[in-house]
Amino acid sequence: MKDTKILMGHGSGGLMTHELIDRLFVRYFNNPVLQQQGDSALLPLSGKNLAFTTDSFVVDPVFFPGGNIGKLAVAGTVNDLAVSGAVPRYLSVGFILEEGLMLDELEEIVKTMAEEAARAGVLIATGDTKVVEKGKCDKIFINTSGVGEINERRLSISSGKDIRPGDKIIINGGIAEHGMAIMTTRNGMNISSPLLSDCASLNGLISHVFEVSENIRFMRDPTRGGLATVLSELVQQKDFGIRIQEDKLVIKDTVRGICELLGFDPLFVANEGKVVLIVPENEADRIVTAMREHPLGKETAVIGEITDRHPGKAWIETIVGGERMLDMLSGQQLPRIC
Amino acid sequence: MCLSIPAKIEKIEGETAVCSVGGSTYQASLMMLQTEELAPGDYVLIHTGFAIQKLDKEEAEASLKAFDEFKKLNEEMDREERETNQRLI
Amino acid sequence: MRYIDEFRDRDTVRALAAEIKKISTRPVKLMEVCGGHTMSIQKFGLPALLPDTVELISGPGCPVCVTSRSYIDKAVAFSQQKDVIITTYGDLIRVPGSESTLEKEHAAGADVRVVYSVLDALKIAREQPAKKVVFLGIGFETTAPGTAVAILQAAREKLTNFFVYSAHKVMPPAMAALIDEGVQINGYIGPGHVSTITGKGIYEDIPKKFGLGVVISGFEPTDLMQSVLMLIRQIETGKPQVEIQYKRAVRPEGNRKAKQMMNEVFEPGDDWWRGLGVLKDSGLKIRPKYAAFDAEKNIRADGMVPLREPKGCICGDILKGIKKPKDCRLFATVCTPRDPVGSCMVSGEGACQAYYLYNR
Repeated sequence: MKDTKILMGHGSGGLMTHELIDRLFVRYFNNPVLQQQGDSALLPLSGKNLAFTTDSFVVDPVFFPGGNIGKLAVAGTVNDLAVSGAVPRYLSVGFILEEGLMLDELEEIVKTMAEEAARAGVLIATGDTKVVEKGKCDKIFINTSGVGEINERRLSISSGKDIRPGDKIIINGGIAEHGMAIMTTRNGMNISSPLLSDCASLNGLISHVFEVSENIRFMRDPTRGGLATVLSELVQQKDFGIRIQEDKLVIKDTVRGICELLGFDPLFVANEGKVVLIVPENEADRIVTAMREHPLGKETAVIGEITDRHPGKAWIETIVGGERMLDMLSGQQLPRIC
Repeated sequence: MCLSIPAKIEKIEGETAVCSVGGSTYQASLMMLQTEELAPGDYVLIHTGFAIQKLDKEEAEASLKAFDEFKKLNEEMDREERETNQRLI
Repeated sequence: MRYIDEFRDRDTVRALAAEIKKISTRPVKLMEVCGGHTMSIQKFGLPALLPDTVELISGPGCPVCVTSRSYIDKAVAFSQQKDVIITTYGDLIRVPGSESTLEKEHAAGADVRVVYSVLDALKIAREQPAKKVVFLGIGFETTAPGTAVAILQAAREKLTNFFVYSAHKVMPPAMAALIDEGVQINGYIGPGHVSTITGKGIYEDIPKKFGLGVVISGFEPTDLMQSVLMLIRQIETGKPQVEIQYKRAVRPEGNRKAKQMMNEVFEPGDDWWRGLGVLKDSGLKIRPKYAAFDAEKNIRADGMVPLREPKGCICGDILKGIKKPKDCRLFATVCTPRDPVGSCMVSGEGACQAYYLYNR
């Protein structure tokens, strides 16, 4: 059955989103810069290398445990730049506001954005505002674009072209916290939870990493689609594979409980303050130690490695010693009975 | 089919139980356990919003106890794995 | 005791695997009836721990997989009525009907809402008295009592806008039909949560009539490995019987209160199963006494499209365990989790999707 309309799954960040990008956007917009398909576009400009990225935020609810749409919009774009190896510098902000939105809610969001931008050390340099009739959008949508500077030596990070077997895979803490925090606030769920979104700007942590190593092979923030989607995306068409250990992953009890209740797999649930790094084996310990010194990296761990055993595939060794393959999220994750 | 997970009863309010699932709380209907004696601290299985059965602590402990017979087997396997430097299973 | 981690112990799983390997002398096929077991088996990667002599095959216990296309077609037709809100478990949202899915109807403007519990559907009905709220009742004996509770509650509150479209089914007729169809298996891993409600009595015929053992199993890795071990012991000693491995949750008599409510609201009726066809008394129909809550009797289904089955899909044989997903020429080519043709690919617990994710 061919799709003739846009479905919610097209925004899941998984396979459906990829297909939409490949079959429509890349088809028409195709050019050498776009083909990089990293979190940021890398642009040579008058002797310097710029990283440029954009992201739109449509989260429901707008205020959630651990943050709001404004914090997400600043941190999300900062992170897309930072995981490309760039130092984030300037952001633009576009607001689409629904008629009837409470002004004090908007102020709260804007205030949070200013605070997060200050924390991340970026300037909000330009912006735009549009108001649409009631019902034409859901309270507030925000688009943020960002530019940053990128050091010549770090240009290969976003493509991961230097990855080789033996490299270690690192993540800076617990997974699935953002997605499940959002899920618990949805109407009619009857769940109350102390769980907070992990939403945070990661550029501080990442610059801390660069202080101890200039050999980072790859970085990516596992947002929509979760850790599994990032890993399976990375190995597609590659001559290496990935193997991770489930018992090395940090999954908070609160996260695991809600996931099991609703039938979600935490490996596919969104994060907003996590970064996956691939680093040379002999530098992994040093990097982990450095990351653990940072407030956003206290639970940093090596979770797996690059292998030549099963090229093109990502596998997980389960907590009981079994194994299974990881794939991209194919549609939205929904509460299930089965 | 039939996803269902254990949850601990924190509080009983009429026909619903406030249950704890890994630190989050969920309000489950007790309609299917009306004839059951339940108290805070008991564990129930939750399925689609309903507590469908009370978990039997003694049976659970007995099941785990039965696994004790494997302790020796495990020690032997550990030793063999160390000696051959190979994973057995 | 937290009833989870204790049953996920790596050493115990390893020892159980070693024990299974030790006593298993002949090749056996064990069917896990329940899709939830399929999910657990894949999630914990258990097949990698079993010896080559033990093959696990997925059975018909995935409500999405056995639901007919015509059920989805009618649900789609209901959703197209202007005053109808469809409430459904997330499982059904992407299941293909003849021409559409509920996800696509949502994109076209239908009011389709995913709920976690039938009680949430009831709540929507209370809050939206001007709308007709139709709940899609799928699932087996574990899920059906919840639907019964909701109908009883709606009757008590005299709600006139809450309706159930029932595709609820019961397990034993399908388990018997599989053996009648000549499916070659050596034992059943019995559905744990179904049995929580029904108790063990419903399986007694299987060892008696067919000489096959049933071990009612829990869902954690040590549960499943222990159940496999128990079945192999039965097979090796030639003593098939019904045993409960999942004793912490399953009592021999089941949950009487839940059964009583289920029987109050539903009566057995013939029902169609994908791959198995019509099975006598395998469905749960809403009793005439509660006809006011039966969507089929109260909601118009204008514009229902003629039934169209996909060509080449062998979901039926896969559900029976006669064929493997890889035997299907559509598998992983035309039929993927992204674009499922058959229902075995739609559901995370369907055999095809499990194979797609794990074994491709």
